[in-house]
Amino acid sequence: MSHRAQMPAPEPPFAPVPADPSGTHGPISVSVEGLRVCRRGVAVLANISCNIPQGRITGLLGPSGSGKTTFMRALVGVQKITAGTLTVLGRPAGDPQNRHDVGYVTQAASVYRDLSVLENVNYFGSVHGSSRQDAKAVLASVGLSVLANRKARNLSGGEFSRVSLACALVGKPALLVLDEPTVGLDPVLRADLWAQFAAMAEEGTTLLISSHVMEEASHCQTLLLLREGLLLAQLTPDQLRQRGETDDLELAFLRLIQGTPTETAEVASAAEGEDAR
Amino acid sequence: MNPSMLWSTCTRVLLQLRSDPRSIALILVVPAVLLALVYWLYQNETLAPGMPRTFDRVGLMMLGIFPFVVMFLLTSITMLRERTSGTLERLLSTPLHKADLLFGYALAFSIMAAAQALVATGTAYWVFGMAIAGNAGWVVLISVLTAVLGVALGLLCSAFAHTEFQAVQFMPVVVIPQILLCGLFVARDQMNSVLEVISNVLPLSYAVDGLQQVAQSSSPTSQLVWDLVVVAAFVLAGLLLASLTLRRRTA
Ligand SMILES: Nc1ncnc2c1ncn2[C@@H]1O[C@H](COP(=O)(O)OP(=O)(O)OP(=O)(O)O)[C@@H](O)[C@H]1O
Ligand SMILES: [Mg+2]
Repeated sequence: MSHRAQMPAPEPPFAPVPADPSGTHGPISVSVEGLRVCRRGVAVLANISCNIPQGRITGLLGPSGSGKTTFMRALVGVQKITAGTLTVLGRPAGDPQNRHDVGYVTQAASVYRDLSVLENVNYFGSVHGSSRQDAKAVLASVGLSVLANRKARNLSGGEFSRVSLACALVGKPALLVLDEPTVGLDPVLRADLWAQFAAMAEEGTTLLISSHVMEEASHCQTLLLLREGLLLAQLTPDQLRQRGETDDLELAFLRLIQGTPTETAEVASAAEGEDAR
Repeated sequence: MNPSMLWSTCTRVLLQLRSDPRSIALILVVPAVLLALVYWLYQNETLAPGMPRTFDRVGLMMLGIFPFVVMFLLTSITMLRERTSGTLERLLSTPLHKADLLFGYALAFSIMAAAQALVATGTAYWVFGMAIAGNAGWVVLISVLTAVLGVALGLLCSAFAHTEFQAVQFMPVVVIPQILLCGLFVARDQMNSVLEVISNVLPLSYAVDGLQQVAQSSSPTSQLVWDLVVVAAFVLAGLLLASLTLRRRTA
């Protein structure tokens, strides 16, 4: 493919970010090496390397268009990749076996509008071999039991996106990839969901969750910061506060993400130094 | 293929249809009403003694054409929705096999087609006294087969549409030429050679030819069997091509 040959090499300041210690100690669920994705001849992800720890919540943060969705699609195995290796649950991304073990909630809720809530969850459950009872249990866990027989098209935006979430939970995945699952939810529901995610992680499920809302980053054990298709850093929320020299995660994130390439390079190399020690 | 996944896909499609009374009316009621229209259209024709009624010829062919048109339309729109709503991408990231999805669709619409064929054929026989030599069971079988043909082509065409509007645009391109050339308006052996050749590669022509075989002889002819085999081959080819358009991994 000629357009791939013309792709610019990733700029030097953004050499692969070393995996954070929080990602390398315990068992690893996903390991990404030199991932590069081009969409319509444009590099959308360039040279991403990182590890996602098992049984933890990993946050994927970055401005709009930075490649969060593309990264998630690559992990799930629905995105064509240009270069690099992606090992998900010990198998290459997109391996047929992974379809049993990876749950993916797309950014735009993908459910059947002309089916009831229960029918939706039941159908996506049935392709994973789970029962109607499982579907009801999952509906209860996302607080939709009372709406079980309502047609999906007659739901509010937040209810609708929870149906989409329920459709992924019903497969009892070992790795759950959630693309902005809390958008449009009220604070109470958001807190509920994060508590539920934490409980799932406790039980050994690996979660990768993208978000725009920085206060949510504090619920994550590891953060992946993306900017323009480059992985700026993989760190813990505490490390992010340290590097941003503020307790405000939002401000710390802004400082890191808006840093000029050289500043960011310093941050990155500082991180490298830390990890080397 | 996994029978339980195929079956749950089939019931899911039927549940979706159930929530749309207009589609059900389109399947069950509209063909019978159109048949009545054709009957009244030819009500006052004067026949030479011994000549069969035009209704017996045209009405019979309609029984093969309705299911094809209706199912093509319903399937291409339903499948397009599946693509644009993101549910297809979601399904392709689950253990569901492509064949379970496609045959689930085909099975669901065949069940509806069988109901449609029973209503339409029953109307033709009992209300309008259609008289043909062959067994009505063959008429029902051919109706269901053309319905599945519509499903297969609809699934395939939906891959080349980005909006429901574009999906509907396939009607005049894919469906109407087949209706014009299937032998309904001019017998196929009386067309000019170019049109006859085109007619020979269009699946609906074989379905209509099969219906004419049923009309003419009381026991199934080898030509009828051949017609059925050809239509079935088109169905399988359509489903196979449709499965190639279902990509698990996209750019
Ligand atoms: N279907 C597509 N074809 C071509 N380019 C695309 C496509 N989808 C996204 N892109 C481009 O890829 C880049 C990354 O997009 P992506 O959807 O991964 O961003 P994102 O971080 O998820 O953004 P957001 O927070 O707005 O959802 C963007 O520049 C976008 O324009
Ligand atoms: Mg996105």
